[in-house]
Amino acid sequence: MSFFAVENLSRAFGGLQAVSDVSFAVREHSIHAVIGPNGAGKTTLFNLIAGSLAPDSGAIRLNGDPLQSLPPYKIARKGIARTFQNVKLFRHMSVLENVMLGRHVRSRAGFGAALLNLPHTWREERSIRQRSLEILDTLGIADLADADAVSLAFGKQRIVEFARALATEPTLLLLDEPAAGLNMHETDEIARLIADIRARGITVLIIEHDMSLIMDISDHIAVLSSGKKIAEGTPAEIQRNRDVIAVYLGED
Amino acid sequence: MNIRQYIPAGILVAVVVAFQLAVVLTGQDYLLTQLTMSAYYALVIIGLSVLMGYAGQISIGHAAFFAIGGYTAAVLTTGAFRLSPWLSLAVAVAITVVIAFLIGIPILKLKGHYLAMATLSFGVIVYRIVLGTGVFGEADGISDVPGFTLLPGLTVTGGAASRVENYYIAWFLVTLAIILLINLINSRVGRALRSIHGSEEAANAMGVNTAGYKLAIFVLSAVFAAVGGVFLTHYTGGIGPSEAGVMKSVRYVAIVAVGGMANIWGALVMGIVLNYLSLRGYFGTYDDIFFGAILIIIMLFYPDGILQRKTLDDLRSLARSLVARIRGRR
Ligand SMILES: Nc1ncnc2c1ncn2[C@@H]1O[C@H](COP(=O)(O)OP(=O)(O)OP(=O)(O)O)[C@@H](O)[C@H]1O
Ligand SMILES: [Mg+2]
Repeated sequence: MSFFAVENLSRAFGGLQAVSDVSFAVREHSIHAVIGPNGAGKTTLFNLIAGSLAPDSGAIRLNGDPLQSLPPYKIARKGIARTFQNVKLFRHMSVLENVMLGRHVRSRAGFGAALLNLPHTWREERSIRQRSLEILDTLGIADLADADAVSLAFGKQRIVEFARALATEPTLLLLDEPAAGLNMHETDEIARLIADIRARGITVLIIEHDMSLIMDISDHIAVLSSGKKIAEGTPAEIQRNRDVIAVYLGED
Repeated sequence: MNIRQYIPAGILVAVVVAFQLAVVLTGQDYLLTQLTMSAYYALVIIGLSVLMGYAGQISIGHAAFFAIGGYTAAVLTTGAFRLSPWLSLAVAVAITVVIAFLIGIPILKLKGHYLAMATLSFGVIVYRIVLGTGVFGEADGISDVPGFTLLPGLTVTGGAASRVENYYIAWFLVTLAIILLINLINSRVGRALRSIHGSEEAANAMGVNTAGYKLAIFVLSAVFAAVGGVFLTHYTGGIGPSEAGVMKSVRYVAIVAVGGMANIWGALVMGIVLNYLSLRGYFGTYDDIFFGAILIIIMLFYPDGILQRKTLDDLRSLARSLVARIRGRR
């Protein structure tokens, strides 16, 4: 049984088959990439995995457990965290508060305990704050803790979104174009971060258009085109694959 | 425990006591009556402020919950029932929870204007029900509601003799409500509520049961409104359909907006000031026009509210730098 797998997953929008009968498996502790031209269905695939869209058919399994009928918040509790292609930080909240929200799945104070501020509630709150500060520190953005998250430069927002996802202590991290809109220096930083994340035992599923980044860090690559998986293999195999070359040359 | 978060509540208590002493010393005790009534309305307003400002969910139907509380207390403690006010309070809260829950599940799926319309419609329905139903006294409402004896010698009731104690009962409730809300806001749950406002999709993806939290804060704010309704009805000895009116709901929303949306203190202060002025008749026949107009103006020019936390933070840091400068000079 594989750590994570999608099986014959399909989803249409009206007449448009955005994801069509896609299957692949992800090995634990690996970096698995999903590439493909614009509109290939990559983000739709992530939305299906994260539960923000329901599949028309097919299955998604984490350690064999089906996820496809669960709402997003329950999928998050299973240990799947994500970042968004167009960065979705919480407005009206500081960087630290954004990351502290990432600890939501790792804490438990309920409505009643929160209203009464019971001792275990404020102790838990203190440890949420400490842990979040540590994460900011590890990512080198501790100085931004009190800044308003959405007013930061785009590159910094990406790092904050990373920090928020890491705060959930995921077993599987979904990254949707983490290097898009970043300069070369920032892209290097992100690449280092992803390698570091994997070293900590987190499995990474990544969508990315930056081919040198992908070929550099991925263990395995799946290629989508018009909703279908057209190839799968190691970076070296994908670079030699005729269908893949045709799709990418055809695009440009 | 973070004691500092309770400092404003301590200041509130000091202001409440100071005001009472000042009023009694200057022989103007009659002012306490309107301040007591304003305090009960403030319960609706601070609850609504957390729903609107923190969780980002509007309700133009909260007068309905106030009326559900008030009418339940009025019906059950008069006429054929004559139940104990404690029992009727419990029934009022239970009915409110059930109604808020049943209404909240479908309508909180709506967003923005649609949610506003749905809550408004709910308010209209409750208004027409109390206006058209015999047990609720139709246009006359219900009068001769007895006092609510909380403890021997401590009764929620109108009249000059018990003015001071009633002022303290009302403000005790407001302070209690404020402390609960401070706790909530500064907790994991408060952060989850704010994250819904900040990006519902991201909140859900981070493991926040957004539908559940929206429903919980909707029900809690409804209970605050209903408790305000129960106590005000015992205090004034009756309730009429205008308490359920749409213009009352508009007034509550307007006050929360003036107060700065995500700012329970702004909502409390504006709630007391504006309700007090209204109850003392300063707006005359233009009462409803006044509240309708401020809502329009705020939505046009200050959609995030006037007394925002950011404004307050700016003022605070300004004050701090002034203090630092004065100290530095010594
Ligand atoms: N919610 C939606 N409703 C209708 N159509 C959609 C929706 N989401 C995506 N699509 C369509 O589905 C197709 C796949 O979109 P998707 O965003 O998954 O592509 P992608 O591979 O992520 O592309 P990109 O590289 O540009 O991000 C596109 O044609 C898109 O227009
Ligand atoms: Mg995409």
